[in-house]
Amino acid sequence: MSELKAATVEVNGFPCRVWTKGSGPKLGFLAGLGGLPRWLPFLDKLAETRTVIVPSLPGYPGATGHTELDTHLDWVLAVRQLIDKAGLAGVDLIGASVGGAFAAEMAAIFPGHVRKLVLIAPFGLFDDKEPATDPWAQRKENVAGLMCADGAKWNALVAAPEGANSVEWPIEMGRAFEAAARAFWPLGNTRLEKRLGLIAAPTLILWGDRDAVLPPSYAKKFAAGINGSTRIETVAEAGHLAYLDQPDAVARAILAHFG
Amino acid sequence: MKLMWFHLMPYTELPDDFNQKHPSVWVDIHSSLFDPRRAHHMYNDFMDELEYAAEMGFDAVCVNEHHSNGYGLMPSPNLIASSLARRTTDTALCVMGNSLALYNPPTRVAEEFAMIDCISGGRLIAGFPVGSPMDTCYAYGQNPSLLRERYYEAHDLVKKAWMEKETFAFSGRFNQQRYVNIWPRPIQNDPHPPIWIPGGGSIETWRWCAEMDYVYCYLSYYGYKAGLTTMQGFWNEMAKLGKDRNPYRAGFLQFVGVAESRQQALDLYTEPAEYFYGRCLHVDARFATPPGYTTEATQRAGIESMVAKAANTASYQSKLSLKATNMKDIVDGGYVIIGSPDEVVEQIRHVATSLNVGHLMLLLQYGNMSKDTTKYNTRMFAEQVMPKVKDLFGEWEDKWWPKPLAKGQRAAVPAFRPQLAAAE
Repeated sequence: MSELKAATVEVNGFPCRVWTKGSGPKLGFLAGLGGLPRWLPFLDKLAETRTVIVPSLPGYPGATGHTELDTHLDWVLAVRQLIDKAGLAGVDLIGASVGGAFAAEMAAIFPGHVRKLVLIAPFGLFDDKEPATDPWAQRKENVAGLMCADGAKWNALVAAPEGANSVEWPIEMGRAFEAAARAFWPLGNTRLEKRLGLIAAPTLILWGDRDAVLPPSYAKKFAAGINGSTRIETVAEAGHLAYLDQPDAVARAILAHFG
Repeated sequence: MKLMWFHLMPYTELPDDFNQKHPSVWVDIHSSLFDPRRAHHMYNDFMDELEYAAEMGFDAVCVNEHHSNGYGLMPSPNLIASSLARRTTDTALCVMGNSLALYNPPTRVAEEFAMIDCISGGRLIAGFPVGSPMDTCYAYGQNPSLLRERYYEAHDLVKKAWMEKETFAFSGRFNQQRYVNIWPRPIQNDPHPPIWIPGGGSIETWRWCAEMDYVYCYLSYYGYKAGLTTMQGFWNEMAKLGKDRNPYRAGFLQFVGVAESRQQALDLYTEPAEYFYGRCLHVDARFATPPGYTTEATQRAGIESMVAKAANTASYQSKLSLKATNMKDIVDGGYVIIGSPDEVVEQIRHVATSLNVGHLMLLLQYGNMSKDTTKYNTRMFAEQVMPKVKDLFGEWEDKWWPKPLAKGQRAAVPAFRPQLAAAE
């Protein structure tokens, strides 16, 4: 497995970090709420057999420029540029949570851009009979338990590493939530439902059985809406960010789907 | 100095066990607690109180905007202000204010404020708050990451709508209108009604007020002691920007309870004060910090510097952490000024001079205070405190006060005789 490489690409004149590790056919990963303040064991699993390319969406750790994005079209086009500049056009794509909504948009609007698709508890829909939890109206002490079945996994993700700037680190962590809010406030509903039928890529839908943000029943709505072949797999003992709770199981399911 | 009478219009009958049984007075406060038949009386009492304050000679009566809020029953302060425009004659009407980003199109604010200014003969003070997180982001679903940009753009649009003589097209980032041409237009058109900005302690807001020559108002519920660092931060920033220390650049909110003696004041005002600081400020912390509401510059200042201490005390999060709820702490903390007329005079003079604030907005009704007590407090203040503090800042000109029509030019409003109307 090759070393982790970090590069920067520009989207609308703002820097976005692109991490690359591993060898073999490329795959892309768009992270969920909180983004990626650090590299993950989950990504290492994937990098054992694949070249893993991880672009940071505007406003998430390693990237800025969310402040330029006012509309959903602005966001979709920014993600498209990021996918192109990261060399991910036409390859397998994984998107989780907020990143999942954008991965679905890519597959729907630019079908040539996505070979096979994995959605891990993606944002984008809202069902008022089963409302999603508001991730932006939480007391601090409840956030970890909302994100992961094992809150310690979330705390480890966002903990300041040794030597981190004590002023900038918390601002960067907060910015990831602002970027998510900017694109998905207030309900997480981007009317993605209207575009799911455009998705032709074979799609695996993964959902943590203990997702406290988006009800696991939303998986069926995605499966019903997507035009390509779909399969739903439930990840046991996993919360909203299933790749933090169960990195091995999630990576295994993804690699099996991509083949 | 100017003494202004401010009403929040709190719901006065929240139950004793409200804090135990309900997570928040704001945003998701339960509808079962609201009895519209009781609210009928509350609104009418509150409007009586505002009218009484005007009769008693306060320089202005003030109303403000809140949504889904058990201590603020004015989603539209403009409705109250328009009624006051008819029922008062010389008092300034301070609408503190309309949260610009909540109106679509924002020219609605330009129109309604122009109506109030016309009806009142030019007595409007136009307040433009960004609005609290609870009001804007949660109750009204506005995107916290876009709120300030929308606010500034709406401000530009409203101001241009007031001042531009020709119909114009507005092509903004968030607002697009082909034909902007408001009717009516404000009486105060030289160049526009005074604009006041209620804000927290953000340096950006201070700088913007200085640049635009607006009044900055710090509307804290925690009184002059907690407000001191914020107001010092404001004046330090004005000095840096080369602005004078004209106290009329600033407004400040202060709760007061005055009676014949300190003991009588404590007897009268303890229950309403404890009701307010206990029940009315019982806000769930999950509604305090929507991501993006506080700018990164303010966050950075908050973490880094001493100015920050000023900025920080003004953040909603730290406001929630202050939270004294018993009368001794409320009074010791300076949240409410209590005492005999002479004691209150001394404290008001101290507040005005130490904060250097020429526009003092007084909350003389708070919590579940009855109309009788409110009128008593108002009369005591007007008769025994006001004359002994009015002289302050006489050397400064208030350039930010309404300029109404001369008395002879104003419409005669017939006296209101409700009993006669009812008897007919």
